Amino acid sequence: MSQKFDAIVVGAGPAGCACGLHLAKAGLETLIVERGKFAGAKNMWGGAFYGPSLYQLFPDFWEEAPVERYITKHKYSILTEDASLSVDFTTQKYGKPPYNGFAVLRSKFDRWFAAKAEQAGAIVATGLEAEDLLWEGNAVAGIRAGGDELPASVVVACDGVNSILAEKAGLRSKISPRDIKQGVKEVIQLPRQLIEQRFNLYGEEGIAWEFIGSFSRGIPGGAFIYTNKESLSVGIVVQLSTLTEKEISANDLLEGFKRHPDMENLLADGQLAEYSAHLVPVGGKSMMPTLYTDGMLVAGDAAGLTLTTGLVLEGANFAITSGKAAAETVIRAKKTGDFSKQSLTRYPELLEQSFVMKDLKTFKKAPLLLENPRFYSQYPELACDMAEKIFTNDGKQRKKFWKMFRKSQRGRISLWQMIHDLFRIKRAI
Amino acid sequence: MKPKSIEDKLAVNKYDIDKERHIQIQEDICATCEAHKCRFACPADCFKLREGHITFSYEGCLECGSCRIVCEKEAVKWALPRAGFGICYLFG
Repeated sequence: MSQKFDAIVVGAGPAGCACGLHLAKAGLETLIVERGKFAGAKNMWGGAFYGPSLYQLFPDFWEEAPVERYITKHKYSILTEDASLSVDFTTQKYGKPPYNGFAVLRSKFDRWFAAKAEQAGAIVATGLEAEDLLWEGNAVAGIRAGGDELPASVVVACDGVNSILAEKAGLRSKISPRDIKQGVKEVIQLPRQLIEQRFNLYGEEGIAWEFIGSFSRGIPGGAFIYTNKESLSVGIVVQLSTLTEKEISANDLLEGFKRHPDMENLLADGQLAEYSAHLVPVGGKSMMPTLYTDGMLVAGDAAGLTLTTGLVLEGANFAITSGKAAAETVIRAKKTGDFSKQSLTRYPELLEQSFVMKDLKTFKKAPLLLENPRFYSQYPELACDMAEKIFTNDGKQRKKFWKMFRKSQRGRISLWQMIHDLFRIKRAI
Repeated sequence: MKPKSIEDKLAVNKYDIDKERHIQIQEDICATCEAHKCRFACPADCFKLREGHITFSYEGCLECGSCRIVCEKEAVKWALPRAGFGICYLFG
């Protein structure tokens, strides 16, 4: 039997690093286990991080963390085969500390975050996989990793969307492909100067650009471009169930997106540096596993904690905040020496008090709303067609906008359907 | 940018390929399946239909877990590569 840890955290992503860091700071003997060769080796995301969760942990973190660019521009575009219609929001406010969001590459960022947990006193063991749980009666009592038994008072599973440990503990059942979005991404290298010219950026400014439209061929989801220092993160995120029903692969959709005339210009002469894929749990509250049991807690993607509202798809904040809540629960349990299920009920209470569960509750109807295929084909077509009718000068007598709209709308979607969708939008988001 | 095949894309990635395959498929079950959802779910095109049979190659796997989730017949015995092996993202 080796040394008994107060806590073993499995997975050195944002949830695991935040949890391990808080535990170590409170003086608990903490081991973070990561199966990748280094923290971040197995991780990818779209590319941007927003809000104060990191700032609260490390004031001025942007001075030392490997952030690529701070986001000053948000752009949303609707694409059809040969047209695009965009809304662009830029503010100087987002260009000043503490900033609002950052483009980040996970392979560098997670390594930095894990090093911070290590500095705080946690042991970070990379290249080590948690293969199984150790049990004492009905209580989790540690993990089996690399063939060794590693006992601990509590295990915090931050092992991501495919959480093997939550499954082994019987905390979650099979995931439905309806509740999953598949993200595929290319990192495309371009000289800094070209990025800044093409996206109208100065210095360290960056853009977060989201797209919906014909490229997803009616599959719920969208595409994105984030600017890094010397590369672009270009990808799509689509519902897994519809992808297989329509017998289309995400990579084909991504290639289609990149072939759009607007994109071809932006990506010209880029060099592919990496192709990656990852799943996002988007089912919200309905797909959450049981969050704790005797001797174990589940946090981050493993707990299905991401927020999807249509305009936002966010997970890292939820991961960091849930990791912190798990740590606070364990710190309190350590004081009483009680790691039973009863003692760990503090964890869901803390999540309920934070934005994590509040946001998930506020937007609990959003996942179903976003399955509506009209958002990904009929509405984008209608919007671009209207714009074209407004701007086209064909030398003929002009019509009133309402008449133009009725002409665009007829045959595509009924007025009744639009009103119905509008009510659903109002109810959900 | 010229369009690239999946193979060309995967060739850019860094992998430490293990000798053993981490994911097994149960071909006898796959033979009874008509949907073959794995083929479209896999972003690395690891599942291929050859002469009516599904074949699986593990080398390009991105470890996303899609195949396990979409397989209704539970024919995918899914696991992660041994620690230190598999995809190694340098950007992420």
